[in-house]
Amino acid sequence: MSKRKAVYVSKIKRAVHMLFYRRHKKPGVKGWELRKALGSDYPKVLSILDEYLKPLDLQVKMVLEEGEKPLSEKPTLEELDRARFYITLRGDLTPKEAKMIGWRIDDLAGLAITIAYIISKQGKVPRKEVEELLREKLPGWKASPNIDRYIRYGYIAQDENEQLYLDWRTRAEVDQKALIDLLLSSKG
Amino acid sequence: MQSKKERVKIGRERLQRIIEICKAVEERGLDPFLVDVDEIIRVVREFFPDWKQPEDLCLDAEAINRLASVVKLQSEWVKHHSTSLYTDPFLLEEKIKSLDKEALVEAFLGAWRPIVELEQISIHSLKEALIYWKSLPPIRNRWKDLPHPEETGGIASWEELLRLKILRDKAFTEELESFWNELKRLVAEKGGDGKIRYWDFVGAETFEETVHRAFLTSFLVTYGYATLEVYPLEDEIFIKPFEKQQKRMSRQQLVSLPIAITHEEWEKWKRGRAEAK
Repeated sequence: MSKRKAVYVSKIKRAVHMLFYRRHKKPGVKGWELRKALGSDYPKVLSILDEYLKPLDLQVKMVLEEGEKPLSEKPTLEELDRARFYITLRGDLTPKEAKMIGWRIDDLAGLAITIAYIISKQGKVPRKEVEELLREKLPGWKASPNIDRYIRYGYIAQDENEQLYLDWRTRAEVDQKALIDLLLSSKG
Repeated sequence: MQSKKERVKIGRERLQRIIEICKAVEERGLDPFLVDVDEIIRVVREFFPDWKQPEDLCLDAEAINRLASVVKLQSEWVKHHSTSLYTDPFLLEEKIKSLDKEALVEAFLGAWRPIVELEQISIHSLKEALIYWKSLPPIRNRWKDLPHPEETGGIASWEELLRLKILRDKAFTEELESFWNELKRLVAEKGGDGKIRYWDFVGAETFEETVHRAFLTSFLVTYGYATLEVYPLEDEIFIKPFEKQQKRMSRQQLVSLPIAITHEEWEKWKRGRAEAK
């Protein structure tokens, strides 16, 4: 093994440790943390790791800070430093698999409704409206505790005026455009 | 014709209303295009020459600031509507209502890529834990710094009460009866209506002696040698000796009466006694 290859193998291992194991309260690693640990060529390390993860149906996902514009071109080093990197699933889960990772069908449907409705209302919606909408599909008593659960998991956030927003986990895990398209194209 | 004072008053009210409208749009997520920006600017401009007081200028600045926030919301609204993410909320709401739970979940799973995260300990954190453990002083050294736990109340044994000089080494019944006689004597000397103030009876020169007398008094009452009369409104308690020991009536409801014998109370009683002399 060439010296250069050995260096990258070691950096990939280090990146795997950092990305798979939770280091902070929230999962994921900031770009600047990766730069500090892996060196300035960390984007290259992540791209090699992403290739390795492909057959395992996993991917390295980069999520920009809230409010930053989506990256259409090659991101700058500053943008990368502020971004957060996660390992996420690459493909789809089946409903059976979703149940196996601890989600009831009711709760997932509620999450889908909540996220889609917030997106359609430009990212901000009164909690009461979401609760009413959830009551259409879930038992009435579950609406409010379910919203609290989505808040706890980091999918949505609530401000002092009881307005709901999308939070960090939705930005990391949900392809918002795909969700809306899939919902609109579903046959009821 | 409006006087200048009236005009200023009307101007303030209109600015206040503008601030309220803009605030409602911002906080309640209302449609920002409900606000007629041109009209608001016209109003702000119309009244601006009348503002002389700093408070009025602040109000004017706040109205402009709020309006700027609404314009920002309008800009975001336009941006959102021009992106591919825009969906008519009514259309989506109707769609959500028409879909069953399974269809909703299926759509969501097509767009959901959950994060893979492990919470197990890593080599790195294991190393950090080892360093921490090595630098940790032995527990016996750390315990020195811990505060002593507060002693909680418990039951005192006869021997302990003797050791603490709360009880004397003398037959208890004998001591109680001589104490009863003392009570009867004091009531005859200093009391009235066959009773004496509780503190005048238990109070002594030292706090320790006072506690001891209060302790014995509690037995006088419990064993039927005396009774207490409590006047809550006057905050007074009297002790009244019986001529003969009373037998407890089985059907009579017994009542516990806690009386705090604190150092402060004792000092207060002592001060009161000195003043009376």
